[in-house]
Amino acid sequence: MVTETGNPTGLEPVESPDYEAPIKGTRTMVLNMGPQHPSTHGVLRLLLELDGERLLKAVPDIGFLHTGIEKEFEVKTYQQCVTLTDRIDYLAPLSNNLTYCLAAEKLLGLEIPEHAQWMRVMLTELTRLNSHLVWLATHAIDIGAMSVFLYCFREREEILRIFEMFSGQRMMTSYFRIGGLALPAPRGWQKRVKDFIDIFPERIDQYENLLTNNQIWIGRTKGVGYISLQDMLDLGVTGPMLRAAGLKIDVRKDSPYSSYEKFDFEVPIRTENDVYARYLLRVEEMRQSTRIVRQALEGMPSGSHQAKAPGIVLPDREQMKTQMESLIYHFKIVTEGFRVPEGEVYQAVESPRGEVGCYMVSDGTQKPYRVHWRGPSFGNLQCTSKLIEGTLIADVIAALGSMDFVLGDTDR
Amino acid sequence: MEFLVITGVKLALILFIFMTALAYLQWVERKVIAHVQVRMGPSRVGPHGLLQPLADVIKLITKEGVLPPHVNKFYYLAAPFFAVFMALISISIIPFGTDITIPAMTIGGTTFGPYRTMMELADINVGILLVLALSSMGVYGIALAGWSSNNKYALLGGLRSSAQMISYELPLSLAIAAPLLTAGSLSLRTIADTQQGFYLGFIPHWAIFQFPAPQIFSFIIFMIAAFAETNRIPFDLPEAENELVAGFHVEYSSMSFAAFFMAEYANMVTVCSVATLLFLGGWHPLFPASLGSNFIAPLLLAGCGAVCLYHGLHPARPFDRYTLPAFAVIFFGLAGLMAFPPTVPILMPIFWFLAKLLFLLFLFVWIRATLPRFRYDQLMGFAWKFLFPVALVNLLITGFLVALAS
Repeated sequence: MVTETGNPTGLEPVESPDYEAPIKGTRTMVLNMGPQHPSTHGVLRLLLELDGERLLKAVPDIGFLHTGIEKEFEVKTYQQCVTLTDRIDYLAPLSNNLTYCLAAEKLLGLEIPEHAQWMRVMLTELTRLNSHLVWLATHAIDIGAMSVFLYCFREREEILRIFEMFSGQRMMTSYFRIGGLALPAPRGWQKRVKDFIDIFPERIDQYENLLTNNQIWIGRTKGVGYISLQDMLDLGVTGPMLRAAGLKIDVRKDSPYSSYEKFDFEVPIRTENDVYARYLLRVEEMRQSTRIVRQALEGMPSGSHQAKAPGIVLPDREQMKTQMESLIYHFKIVTEGFRVPEGEVYQAVESPRGEVGCYMVSDGTQKPYRVHWRGPSFGNLQCTSKLIEGTLIADVIAALGSMDFVLGDTDR
Repeated sequence: MEFLVITGVKLALILFIFMTALAYLQWVERKVIAHVQVRMGPSRVGPHGLLQPLADVIKLITKEGVLPPHVNKFYYLAAPFFAVFMALISISIIPFGTDITIPAMTIGGTTFGPYRTMMELADINVGILLVLALSSMGVYGIALAGWSSNNKYALLGGLRSSAQMISYELPLSLAIAAPLLTAGSLSLRTIADTQQGFYLGFIPHWAIFQFPAPQIFSFIIFMIAAFAETNRIPFDLPEAENELVAGFHVEYSSMSFAAFFMAEYANMVTVCSVATLLFLGGWHPLFPASLGSNFIAPLLLAGCGAVCLYHGLHPARPFDRYTLPAFAVIFFGLAGLMAFPPTVPILMPIFWFLAKLLFLLFLFVWIRATLPRFRYDQLMGFAWKFLFPVALVNLLITGFLVALAS
């Protein structure tokens, strides 16, 4: 039993039998941070036990955004499931689309045309930029730098417009489908993407101008939120957090997918493993992603946006109107889906937050037997307590921001 | 009798102008920050959102004031008004111009005047001490609000605020003490008047340039401490939105919520006025009238008018065609008033005082748009380990230089 809290809401204080008050006779306060709090980025709830401003114990409580998406995979056909993946990690929908599609394509043994693969790479990297921009924006405003927030959203808006141009949707794009892309690339996309990546490096410099050498920013972030690399590995942390701890791990390099091996980019690493290192690392990742987008734009191979797989990929609209066979395929795919050979597969993709994995089991029917989703946010959130215990309240906010989690990705 | 009437008129005038200015300060802040952040800011209510403050006031007044069941009712209700009372009262001793003489008038056979009066509500010979006393009382409003709300975030905010304001009071007072040594008076009016005149005919006699001890460091220390005193970014820990949700005023709504905002803005105006009076020469111009300082105000206003007129003739939005020329007329009118010889000696000091005040207020807004927030321990460390010793050394050096010069 922790303390008497004088809590007017009548809630029971948190139970933690192994805890003793730091000084006999003093009382601690249990602060219920979240699920509605400006800086818990969604509906994370943290039970913080405070001694003044100092944090003694932190218990994260997840599950407020549980959507049951994993279960829902089992009652939808393979093609329908794509839309569910958007909603898991709503800041990086295309990375999730890609994971799911690659897994299904592995089971089907589909060969994706090069054009579609490159397009996927380009859009996934734009997704990374989108996600990192939202992260930087919210992280900066959490620490009090409010202008960075709006600058980042200005650029994010551009990316969302590009997504809208491609898919007709800003966030829930569902642009990648099993067998390729949903639609051929729109007219004039090259100019839009080029305009964006031409201006973007300057914009990153703008953010860095405001933050990187700012003494207050350094003071708030340097040495905050440290956790040893071993602990991180034990808890299942992946992605930028691990790279900021000095481990060069990136699925794009380690087991390339969707022709990532053809792109020239660096995997930035840092060794300090604090909030500041994670900040610098993600900013560097944004620069690298811009590089990849530029390469994809300049070397985009021509070809079809979909694989030649009549029973799986929806036929061309015009063909469907003139050819009987295409019409039958269209009817069958739309009404009952397609059968996927029996088997199981795991596909990992480097999402902006870390390794997102899709473990798919097929029993040979039109619907997945089971899809397990390895959300990077869930793994990253495991280290919350270790990251913030013993720090001050303000550090909690900084450390949470540096983890860059999405609650939709945590509770599935 | 005479005194009472004049004071009453001045009181009404100052209160009206000051309260309106406070509401519009909020508008200015929102507009400036919006433009820093490449967006529009208020633009819906009235032309360029100019009626936004009015709309905000109406909204806040008509909102239900929620009295949560778990608060300490007396202190909960008293705290915002204590805060706003302490903040508003200090403006009464701020002088903002030289004296004016109202010429004798004959109304219905009775002759009134002539009256000579100072441009301030009360000329107290220890004005600066009163400002300090009131500003340190102001913290009680916040601390009480935090405590009586019986909310954990509010409590943390209140505690942070007490610790912060007590710590920053010290460097603030020490920074004030240094120019007092050169001025040799505690009356704000006398302090401002010692800064009259120019070196070599063009360097103003302001405290930050003044011989024998230029108070530039005191000014910087004072401004830093002022940011902390008024709970503004980078020192806005008591209400740190992203940590403590809203800090000490998390439970407040309606007018009691607005009272805290009013107190914050009133405090901002007070500290900026004090900084102007102590360091920037009060109402004394940047360069002498012989070099044309009297033409700055009309030229500036006429320039504003010309810009408004130009944009009104090339409107970006449909209503700009009407609003901007209207603003242009107002600006030209003000410019004419500033250039009109009989009003020049009255308006020129006010113009220079307001110009400096607005510059400092702009600094507050600018910094809010730029800097992140300190952490609690860094804030205290900064006050005690850096600002306090620097202020102390600064005071010692000033004292030494003043003694050497006399």
